[in-house]
Amino acid sequence: MTHALVVDDSRSMRSILGRILRGFGMDVEEAPDGRAALDRLVEGERPDVALVDWHMPNMTGVELVSEVRSRPELAGMTIVMVTSESEPDQIGLALAAGADEYIIKPFTPDAVADKLAMLGIGPGASGCNQTGEGTAP
Amino acid sequence: MTVAVPEFQYLRDVLHKHSAIVLADDKQYLVEARLAPIARDLGFDSVEDVVREMRRGDRGLQDRVVEAMTTNETSWFRDVHPFNALRDTILPELIDRNRESRTLSVWSAACSTGQELYSVALLLDAHFSEVEYWNLELLGTDLNNTVVDRARAGSFSGLEINRGLPAAMIARYFVRDGANFVIHARLRNKVRFEKFNLAAQWTGLPTFDLILLRNVLIYFDQPTKKQILDAACRQLAPWGYLAMGGAESPIGITDTLETVAIGGATFYRPEGR
Repeated sequence: MTHALVVDDSRSMRSILGRILRGFGMDVEEAPDGRAALDRLVEGERPDVALVDWHMPNMTGVELVSEVRSRPELAGMTIVMVTSESEPDQIGLALAAGADEYIIKPFTPDAVADKLAMLGIGPGASGCNQTGEGTAP
Repeated sequence: MTVAVPEFQYLRDVLHKHSAIVLADDKQYLVEARLAPIARDLGFDSVEDVVREMRRGDRGLQDRVVEAMTTNETSWFRDVHPFNALRDTILPELIDRNRESRTLSVWSAACSTGQELYSVALLLDAHFSEVEYWNLELLGTDLNNTVVDRARAGSFSGLEINRGLPAAMIARYFVRDGANFVIHARLRNKVRFEKFNLAAQWTGLPTFDLILLRNVLIYFDQPTKKQILDAACRQLAPWGYLAMGGAESPIGITDTLETVAIGGATFYRPEGR
């Protein structure tokens, strides 16, 4: 079973994303901010994919992504930003920090499925791979 | 709430006459869903009143209703596999073949709001810099004027941008305009969108290296499917490729195409080229 971590300071957003991901057959954990998520990861909890908001107290999503990518012991985890921060320059900044994909709020369950499938995760993932641009620098 | 049978049948006849689209008996809910916004916009009390007004001969209203009834489902790099095949196999082959003429022609034959054709334009720009100064004919057509206008604008909502467009491409090729995302003018200037009825006489089309006729034939009856597919074959270069939707096939419609499987995608080429 795919293990997902949802990191968002909004309880309702965690609930919405959790419901969508559980609907895809995933096991879902939640964290209310970047610091809490990092503590959990350092303690040894290793999700296959983390869906991370940008603006959160204690540690932002992009700071969390940078932290995760700087730690070799956390290598290989897929990270998708899920945020209302939608300026193309900001999207580029999140990708440069190490995010694998990006979902703009508001979103539909189909959008989550599409993006996860592009990363080889979730219900639409069988045999799918990137269009070639998603992981480009 | 559903539309009464006489109104539904009238609407079905109009739709078939003007677009050759077949509306099944169980699609009354679709009529209500698609036409309720028009009824609201124009101040009619119900969808039935809209249809009654059409029956009085309001041609403008008829066009608007036909447009609303045509399906506009689309997304970026839809189904992934065909676009991987384009990137890895078909576009390199076509570019190699056309290197002398420096031309490449692609037709998205039911383009809706343009994501399919823009996806091809994005692939070309991101992976095939060689064609930047080629004579590119990237044409998108649709029966529906409203979606053609939207495709020309190249402006998409956040919800649309979320559907299958890699984040790196959003960052590289889009700018914000209010709540929308607008594709760079450099890309927008490489594509052309026109209104075109696949079920009518085809005139003024060039020969294409690649025709994307995806998820559209399913809406037509068998004779119209054959008419459209035969016409598409005539527009396809002998070395060209044709794509259909994942659940579609030319088998039983025409025997002039041979199947080519590339990765998880299926394309079709003229038989005995």
